[in-house]
Amino acid sequence: MSNVPRSRPVEARGGAASGPIHHALLLLLLCLLMLPVGAQAQGERDAEAIALLEALDVRAYADKARAIEAIVGSDDPRALDWLQALLDGRLQRTEAGRFVVVLDNRGRDWPVADALSGEALGEMSRRELDRIGINNALRNQLRSAIAVVDLYSPDLDLRRASAERLLGEVDADLAVPLATVIEAETDSGVRQRLVQALAIYRLEQGEVAAVADLEGSLHPRVRVALNGAANGDDPVLADAARHALNGIEQMLKLNRAAETLYFGLSLGSVLVLAAIGLAITFGVMGVINMAHGELIMLGAYTTWAMQQLLPGQPGLALLLAIPAGFLVAALAGVAIERGVIQFLKGRPLETLLATFGISLILQQLVRTVISPLNRTVVTPEWMSGSLAINDALSLTLNRLYVLGFALLVFAALMLIMRRSRLGLEVRAVTQNRAMARAMGIRATRVDILTFALGSGVAGLAGVALSQLTNVGPNLGQNYIIDSFMVVVFGGVGNLWGTLVAGLSLGVINQVLEPWAGAVLAKIIVLVFIILFIQKRPRGLFPQKGRAAEG
Amino acid sequence: MHSSTSWLTRPFHERSTRLFLGVLLAALVLVTVLHVAVPQGHPLHVNAYTVNLFGKYLSYALLAVAVDLVWGYLGILSLGHGAFFALGGYAMGMYLMRQIGDRGVYGHPELPDFMVFLDWQSLPWYWAGFDMAWFAFLMVLLAPGALALVFGFLAFRSRVTGVYLSIITQALTFALMLAFFRNEMGFGGNNGLTDFREILGFNLRSDATRLGLFIASGVALALGYVLCRAIVGSKLGRVCVATRDAEARTRFLGYRVERVQLFVFVVSAMLAGLAGALYVPQVGIINPSEFSPLFSIEIVLWVALGGRATLYGAVIGAILVNYAKTVFTGVMPDAWLFALGGLFVLVTVLLPKGVAGLLAYRVQGRRRRHDEGTAGKEVSA
Repeated sequence: MSNVPRSRPVEARGGAASGPIHHALLLLLLCLLMLPVGAQAQGERDAEAIALLEALDVRAYADKARAIEAIVGSDDPRALDWLQALLDGRLQRTEAGRFVVVLDNRGRDWPVADALSGEALGEMSRRELDRIGINNALRNQLRSAIAVVDLYSPDLDLRRASAERLLGEVDADLAVPLATVIEAETDSGVRQRLVQALAIYRLEQGEVAAVADLEGSLHPRVRVALNGAANGDDPVLADAARHALNGIEQMLKLNRAAETLYFGLSLGSVLVLAAIGLAITFGVMGVINMAHGELIMLGAYTTWAMQQLLPGQPGLALLLAIPAGFLVAALAGVAIERGVIQFLKGRPLETLLATFGISLILQQLVRTVISPLNRTVVTPEWMSGSLAINDALSLTLNRLYVLGFALLVFAALMLIMRRSRLGLEVRAVTQNRAMARAMGIRATRVDILTFALGSGVAGLAGVALSQLTNVGPNLGQNYIIDSFMVVVFGGVGNLWGTLVAGLSLGVINQVLEPWAGAVLAKIIVLVFIILFIQKRPRGLFPQKGRAAEG
Repeated sequence: MHSSTSWLTRPFHERSTRLFLGVLLAALVLVTVLHVAVPQGHPLHVNAYTVNLFGKYLSYALLAVAVDLVWGYLGILSLGHGAFFALGGYAMGMYLMRQIGDRGVYGHPELPDFMVFLDWQSLPWYWAGFDMAWFAFLMVLLAPGALALVFGFLAFRSRVTGVYLSIITQALTFALMLAFFRNEMGFGGNNGLTDFREILGFNLRSDATRLGLFIASGVALALGYVLCRAIVGSKLGRVCVATRDAEARTRFLGYRVERVQLFVFVVSAMLAGLAGALYVPQVGIINPSEFSPLFSIEIVLWVALGGRATLYGAVIGAILVNYAKTVFTGVMPDAWLFALGGLFVLVTVLLPKGVAGLLAYRVQGRRRRHDEGTAGKEVSA
């Protein structure tokens, strides 16, 4: 029986991930491997745990207090659950003497779980159970103990979370054991947190020296405490607190700037992704593809479709959507090039109109076939959440991934254009079509491949965008004007220009947003670009030499 | 050849202009007679709704003529003419709002309803004067004209042309759309201006006023058409076409290309504004969606379908597409965007000269059979 708790989680995981045979084999293997050692160690621990719990079930409250201390010092991973259950009156004993935790004590029959294994034991009548009682003194002791019990845990994450909780919660009862915990703590991050937690308490007690421990911390709790002290009665303390606050304020400003920069770069990376495909079809080939936004939309819908095909595995679906989105958009691009654009060679304005028509058709197609409503694309677990740099600055992971993805796509495109045969041929055809053909380059083939490449990149942009915005029929429309702006701003036919333009427009937009509002910021950026084009009609990085005279 | 004052009268000597004006006049008279003289219930009776619809088409036709002037003859594909149209419309809308007076929902003597709703205390300065018809009607021309002047001055001076110009005109109208969506702009935000009651003292909801607006739209279209025809037939028009076909060469010949472009662009914007002003009282609302890039690019489709650089082609295209739109959106609304998108592709790929090109081809063929091509040069303008 004692090996049951060990094997149970494995069983659950195996069952979710693979077929029954596979899972049975895996389970068998694991059992064989772990049985002797696991069973023995677990058996010893459970024996200790039962002894710890037995000590609680005594008459005298003084003995109970000692038993609680023993549990706190025991470094048993289940200790917190027991203490919490004890505090809530949910730690009980069956008539057979087994310790159980009541999961829900409303109603007549209560669902209970084994206190040692966590195994659910079904429902029991309240008459069959015997509660382990506590008094008010024990309640206070328990609350403090719960706050620090994780600090004894060998698990660093648990200690970190527990230290986080302690900020601003330290009272006289906790201050003394906390000092010894700090001494014993090995991780510098956790130790710093604990020092701050203690310092907040010391600050509240009017200790001026505590301010030194709080200087430079960006945690909001610390600021609350310092603010309280700055407005307090003690002039020396208030002065010191104000000084520390000023320093913190400076650091916060820096962090806010960094955050704006990050959001700006993130927005910029989206713009770069959306525009970089356009930079190839428009910039290199001179083809105005107004359906570019809809190719982005196709990429986003491909992500959605992959997730529908692979339910329960959003991460895998997303990874597979990268090549799939590229392919879908590239094929659509080839169809557009062969079906329409090739007949309009040398008539850019007509190309613009025809591809605009295609964009309308694609939009309506998605509305009719799929739905006019937005679809939900799931963000896989490894992409959600955020990366905490410090207490004031945390970077959302999905944006970080998109930023990295954009740079990766850019680098790949740069490589293709600069280092591959295709890139060479594309540049040759762009600069002098007739001469390139005379040299034996099949210009039509180059046209198709270039357009496929540019369209495929739009598909990639769609895959990335599906992680940031709503996936709907209007997705592409929202990006087409911005994308053209980025390409024109950066200088047509220049991939570096597109990168710089996209990132800087993103940052400018984010810098303007706080004081102008989102819509006005966008308007200002548009007007800025319109004016900029007047000054430098060929963008930030104009093409030079023969290629410029198209 | 001609004296300097004859440029305005010359269009009347042209066959195509006389034909166009004749057809337009006939249509105006016919619709008026069928509406007024033929009793209701009679199969030939044209009801007020249809008159209103035709009036709307005519204002669109004027807008298309304005776009054709710059695209067909100057080679500037403006994807932002909806902005000028909407500005003219807003100027008219502001006048109509002020005419409501204290009969709004909130009954405020001066402020339009949406301002009362936003708890504004007084009219913004730029609303001043719009209670006077002459001022508002002047603004219908001046507001889009001023925008075109500033925008065109900056763009043409730095020789922004071709696709770049198209894209920044689109950005212009997009920026204006975002701006007009803001409530703080004082133009009614999302909802725009609506609930109009009367124009120059005539009740906007009466059939007679609607007929009047229909006729006014027809007259405006005729005047706009003649003006554009006069411009393209003049020496200035020759320079326009030269600029379109070889900008650098025209500049080297000594013409101030950017001045020509700016002048024609401003005239076109004013005509678009006039079209917007005629449109608004007939549909009874103006809101920021008129600024949407989609609408502006639709206008270009009308011209492309009708046939560029003919002016009458623009009129035909505007009426055809909008009639199709009315029919489609009524019968099967989902199919309209398919049809519109398909039109864009088909017209550009298969019908580069539009409907007018087809007509000219037939006319030319017939004439050639009659009298060995003496009139050929007139059609191929």
